[in-house]
Amino acid sequence: METLLDMNITQLRELLKRKEITSVELTGFYLDRIKRYDVELLTYIKLTEDVAMDMAKEADAKIAKGEDGRLLGVPLGIKDIYCTKGIETTCASQMLKGFIPPYDATVIKRLKEEGFVHLGRLNMDEFAMGSSTENSSFQVTKNPWDLERIPGGSSGGSASATAAGLCVASLGTDTGGSIRQPASLCGTVGMKPTYGRVSRYGLIAFASSLDQIGPITRNVTDCAMLMSIIAGYDPMDSTSLTQPVPDYMEYLGRDIKGMKIGIPKEYLVEGMDPDVKKTVEDAISFYVKNGASTVEISLPHTEYAVATYYIICTAEASSNLARYDGVKYGLRVDGKDIIDMYKKTRLKGFGKEVKRRIILGTYVLSSGYYDAYYKKAGQVRTLIRRDFEEAFKKCDIIITPVSPTTAFKAGEKTEDPLTMYLSDIFTIPVNLAGLPGMSLPCGFDSAGLPIGLQIIGQPLDEARMLQAAYVFEAENNVKKIPERFRNG
Amino acid sequence: MGLEVHAHLLTNSKLFCGCSTKFGAEPNSHTCPTCMGLPGALPVLNRKVVDFAIKLGLALHCDINRRSIFARKNYFYPDLPKGYQISQYEEPICENGYLDVFMGDTKKRIRVKRVHMEEDAGKLVHESTIETSSYSMVDYNRSSVPLLEIVSEPDIRTPEEAILYLKILRDVLIYLEICDGNMEEGSFRCDANVSVRRKGEAILGTRAELKNLNSFRSIERSLDYEITRQIELIKKGGEVVQETRLFNVDEGITYSMRGKEEAHDYRYFPEPDLLPLVVDDGWIADVRKTLPELPIEKMERFMNEYGLPKYDVEILSSDKGLAGYFEETVKIFPEPKTVSNWIMTELLRELKDGNVSPKDSPLSPAHLAELLALIKDGTISIKIGKEIFPELCKSGASPKRLVADKGLVQISDETAITSIVEAVIARSPKEVAEFKAGKEKLLGFFVGQVMKEMKGKANPKLLNELLLKRLKD
Repeated sequence: METLLDMNITQLRELLKRKEITSVELTGFYLDRIKRYDVELLTYIKLTEDVAMDMAKEADAKIAKGEDGRLLGVPLGIKDIYCTKGIETTCASQMLKGFIPPYDATVIKRLKEEGFVHLGRLNMDEFAMGSSTENSSFQVTKNPWDLERIPGGSSGGSASATAAGLCVASLGTDTGGSIRQPASLCGTVGMKPTYGRVSRYGLIAFASSLDQIGPITRNVTDCAMLMSIIAGYDPMDSTSLTQPVPDYMEYLGRDIKGMKIGIPKEYLVEGMDPDVKKTVEDAISFYVKNGASTVEISLPHTEYAVATYYIICTAEASSNLARYDGVKYGLRVDGKDIIDMYKKTRLKGFGKEVKRRIILGTYVLSSGYYDAYYKKAGQVRTLIRRDFEEAFKKCDIIITPVSPTTAFKAGEKTEDPLTMYLSDIFTIPVNLAGLPGMSLPCGFDSAGLPIGLQIIGQPLDEARMLQAAYVFEAENNVKKIPERFRNG
Repeated sequence: MGLEVHAHLLTNSKLFCGCSTKFGAEPNSHTCPTCMGLPGALPVLNRKVVDFAIKLGLALHCDINRRSIFARKNYFYPDLPKGYQISQYEEPICENGYLDVFMGDTKKRIRVKRVHMEEDAGKLVHESTIETSSYSMVDYNRSSVPLLEIVSEPDIRTPEEAILYLKILRDVLIYLEICDGNMEEGSFRCDANVSVRRKGEAILGTRAELKNLNSFRSIERSLDYEITRQIELIKKGGEVVQETRLFNVDEGITYSMRGKEEAHDYRYFPEPDLLPLVVDDGWIADVRKTLPELPIEKMERFMNEYGLPKYDVEILSSDKGLAGYFEETVKIFPEPKTVSNWIMTELLRELKDGNVSPKDSPLSPAHLAELLALIKDGTISIKIGKEIFPELCKSGASPKRLVADKGLVQISDETAITSIVEAVIARSPKEVAEFKAGKEKLLGFFVGQVMKEMKGKANPKLLNELLLKRLKD
């Protein structure tokens, strides 16, 4: 059974189709693993065992009738940020405890149409605000490669569960690196698509102009497969893009001869871990050996990216989170009047980091400060976008590390939010520019912690990124699942 | 004074979702994740609302911005499910227009600063009143119903002008068929900014904003009150402060609701869930094609084309259906002033009594024309015409038919009338003597007597002639 962990979705589907295994068995296999390992990893906020078994049975019935579906019978883990009809959706916040959405997010609808099995709700930083999953109001998820370390965030539950084999694959969301950074720190593949490529309808908003949904998987093939399913125009999301979605799977296995890789000179930052630097450089050498060429590019406004990001994302968050007022759903703490009820509810319902960002966001939008902060940030954002446009005149993809360091220890940065914010320096500019970016496992540091390579593409050029990622994965056998999660 | 008008639009669905906009439904039955502000739900713009906004923009001679953006207006209130209202702030869809109003015989131009789209909030519902109820309930049926906000420049000088501007604006909205103009249901709401200045000064003083103006009457009263209040205040050496004031209908005075310090900081910023709205020339041209003739244009045309006095055209053009009714009738019976008189007196009274709109009038323009023709050619008298008018308005019958059926055709037979005249004179020697002695107003007595005998059907002109001839013999 352990070989199931090494199979991609296509291979699992073959087994299911040939009835060598049933979805109930496959789902049972994962549920057992979760019960066994998640006691220490704490990746799932909630296991939806009954729902999973019902969906698995339904999938088996469909398979028996000869029906097909790209995910028919395949168990996935879901970040607790997508509204899912009938299933409590909390965003890892006390504020939404007990909130059961009456509707499905578009991505959930698409997964359902392909017949997926819903294993449970994966942990995250509260309202996706954080880089370590320590801001979850429920539990602190561990990194499967070293239980003393954090899995990254905000999609830490998704990355950790995927890396430890507690689901076939999962979905995450990425506002400033929330898919790529945990994918990198946990040694999994993660993609943040072009802004607008995947519908945000039903995704609980953190920062609307930056949020994007994407897969976290154990291999590039599954990433391409899930992308094919979730990408595409949705009339329910006005920012969704209408361009047709290519068959990403078709690009896997194509060579990369002649591909031009841009290496930004600004990305050799202070505090960069030498192991990270070396491993990423080795990966670039691999590409060059396989027919690609490198070109130095410049992204001069990178140094302003983190500041710009924290103005824009907090401004949008302060407004997006205003709806949690105790009136309609989720938590309500009674007060002597309506204002008092608002205050008490929001005081109790939101965690420290969420409050910090709401306050910051409220401040930068306030009259008298708007021009100096929010408006200025918008202008810098344009400059950052232009940096990339210029750079892509010289190259096809850009390669950088995902994170300057490997996974840090739990509690190490919680009292120093600024350092935590700065660790997202490589991923944030990609969100600000609305570009696609992915994290690909490219090796380990001396402590055995995974290192991720970031591939940044031009708008809607996910196919080329997957093509490049697949070449590397196929030729470099980077270990995916930590040994301790393979034992019997 | 400057006025801010909120007009509810007559679209079937809401501004950002497909829910119905119907008034008066079961609470929260016209809602969905989007207009309830559920986590994760997103807005999708209703293009019909943009059509309406462009339509009004064109009618008010505005620049239609080729690119406009939606913005979030952030504030907390239980009827606002998202904690922000989606509105337009910088870069609204229409700017720099005007509306002409007639002040007596002179035309006055009130500039319109901007017209923008926004969503309405829900409604708080209480057991009896808000003061006595121990809890509030929220009905989100109205949440996200589309509104246009029309902001005038401070060009209005008197409460009278304000009312005229509002009435014409309301007529325009109704003409365009984008708003029903119903003030009681809140489809047409108004806030007013009031400031005063000393004679000769160029700059207007600090303004106060008046809210809760639910009828033309309260608008006029509150403006009157507020102007006097500000002038008295300044005369006494006081200073007007920037604040929001609420009009109390019962007391007829305005109260301070919140001062400048308590003013909300709405923290407007561009709505990231919606792309900038791009309107191209083709879109504007398409909407322009649907634009009807507007009240003021109609008024001017009616004066020139039909030679009607201003009083008449104001009444006729106040309602598109009524103006259409008039023109239909004149087409068949080309005596505009006569048609206008009958419409303004008889028809409007009957329509009002029956609570019917002109376009639904059972008496069709063709029938009115027929009736007027019957009078003109002497078939019936004006008096008979007026008598049968209510019935024609109720039944929708053909006037010719009714006149024939009831035997109301006027008698113009000289012999027939003369015989009655003789009979009446014969039995009234006293009156005849008095008449001959100079009491000529007794003519009316004789006319009445004859008419009574003839059931009012005698041709009055002929009767007069015959009577005078006989009496003066």
